Parts: sequence; structure tokens; C-alpha cells
Amino acid sequence: MTYRVHVRVMPRAGLLDPQGQAVEHALGALGFDGARQVRIGKAIELDVDAPSAEEAVGRAREMCDRLLANPVTEDFELEVETH
Amino acid sequence: MQRVAVIRFPGSNCDEDTLRAATRVGADAYYVWHRETDLKGADVVLIPGGFSYGDYLRAGAIARFSPAMTAVARHAAEGGAVLGICNGFQILCEAQLLPGALLRNSRLTFVSRPVLVTVENTGTVFTSGYRRGEQLRLPVAHGDGRYVADAETIARLEGEGLVVLRYVRAEDANPNGSMNDIAGITNPEGNIVAIMPHPERAADPALGSEDGARFFTSMAAWNPRAPVTHTADTR
Repeated sequence: MTYRVHVRVMPRAGLLDPQGQAVEHALGALGFDGARQVRIGKAIELDVDAPSAEEAVGRAREMCDRLLANPVTEDFELEVETH
Repeated sequence: MQRVAVIRFPGSNCDEDTLRAATRVGADAYYVWHRETDLKGADVVLIPGGFSYGDYLRAGAIARFSPAMTAVARHAAEGGAVLGICNGFQILCEAQLLPGALLRNSRLTFVSRPVLVTVENTGTVFTSGYRRGEQLRLPVAHGDGRYVADAETIARLEGEGLVVLRYVRAEDANPNGSMNDIAGITNPEGNIVAIMPHPERAADPALGSEDGARFFTSMAAWNPRAPVTHTADTR
């Protein structure tokens, strides 16, 4: 089976996120007063061939641990869907 | 004569300056392409600045998986000396040869200017020729230089004196918002050093400054078969 894996990588809570701050200020300047706690991460999508959804998640988790996310500064979440 | 390997990645751009700075102090310096697995008998490895793999994903994240980096890790584990400059610092952190990570500068701009730093640790292969507390003016040129680590790691770096260079706070020299104004660190053995400033750009009178030259003369004075000896520090 081929699974579509969606990876969401976010800067760890508590770490300064200057991009999020800059965008928050820009939103305020545009009149969006209610926008707060803006944080910016990245989304990664990939296809994974695996016998089951669980194994696809396991493979993707290992990819995140080794490359896609930095364990020092980032957290990640995974979602898998069947093609 | 010191055998010095300068690792070249696609996107390295300080490789020639770094090789020249090493050659200038009498080292037998040569390039090693990132796909090579043999460091050709290197005593010292220099990982130069630049934008390896275009900084894709994270600065240094992809370079760390180059075959040459496996050889560099082995070289370091055997006591060989390694200096990472700028992108080299980012690569050494991604490779987990040093703790922490380097994130986007807090002001989000690429910073290219000379900054004032203090030498805090002279017990490394690359800083033995400096005096502790000495101030240097060295160029920085980076977009991702904000050093971060968890509180425990920062406490250990400070407690064990593993901060090598620190931006001078009084001069507002911290160009990137790094924790504790950290500009460079080492491992406890002092054979792996990584710094954001570029000593190779201040290693020749023709460049307007020689403040960085002693990173290379210290390296040239190092005996790979003996502990680091302080040539300038009389603590």
C-alpha cells in the first residue's frame, strides 16, 4: 500500500519564533487585532510504501527523528491517509 | 607538518579562504569532496562556511549525511581536531558532534559585519594561542546564527567552560540573539570547536585584520599526539 504522510514540524514551545512575531505584527498592522500567538513551522508531504498504516507512521516517525525535524528545537505531528 | 582537510560541500563558499589561511601557517592543506570517505591522513579537519545544499530543510541538515561526515565523526572520536566555521558550526550541531542548534537570527536579517567577541576558552586546539578574555574583532556573515540549547545544556557549557567565543554584550555585538551571547563552543576534550565568526577572513594583513590568524597558528602548533598546551595563556 502507498500512504500519503503529512508531517507538521513546529518550533518548540517556549523558543523564540521571530518569523511568527514578525507576521503577528504585520497582521496587527493590517487591522487584524485579534491575531495572537502566531507561530510558523513547516509542512512536509510524502508517499510511503508500507504494508499497513501503522508501519507507514513508524517509517515516517523515524524519518522525522533522523532528518525532517531537529529534536533540539522542533516538535512534529504525523497524519497518514490512504491513496 | 599538519595535514589539514578542508571539506567541500555543494554550496560551500569559504573553502578557498579557509584553505589559504591554513596554507599560510605552513599546513599541508587540501580539499576533500563531501562524497569522499577518506580524509587522506588528516590531523585536522576544517568545515568551511557557506550554504551547503542551499540550507534546504535546515542549515547543515543534509550535509551531515554526506559520506565525508561519517569520516569526520570517526576522526573526531579518535582525537583528531575539527573546526567548524559558520555553516561548519551548523553542520557539527546537526551531526550531534556538538550540542544545540543554530536558528534564524532574531532580527530575521542576514548579518554581515565585524563583531567584537571575547575569547573564553584557550584550552582548545584552535585557541591555544590566544589569552583568556582577549577581545577580537571578527567578521560574521550569517542568517542562521542564533545558538539555542536546552537549559541543562547551556548550564553544562557554562559550568564546564565550553564556551569558546562570546559576543561582547556591552558593545551590542550579539548579531543574532544567541543564548548567553554564545558565538562558539567546544567539546570537553577541546578537539572539536565550532564558531560563527570567520577567522579566515581576518587572518592576513591584506584583509585588514589578523585577529583571526591565531586560530590557524594555534592549529599549526598543535601536536596531535600530546594534550593541548597553552602558548599564550599563563593561568
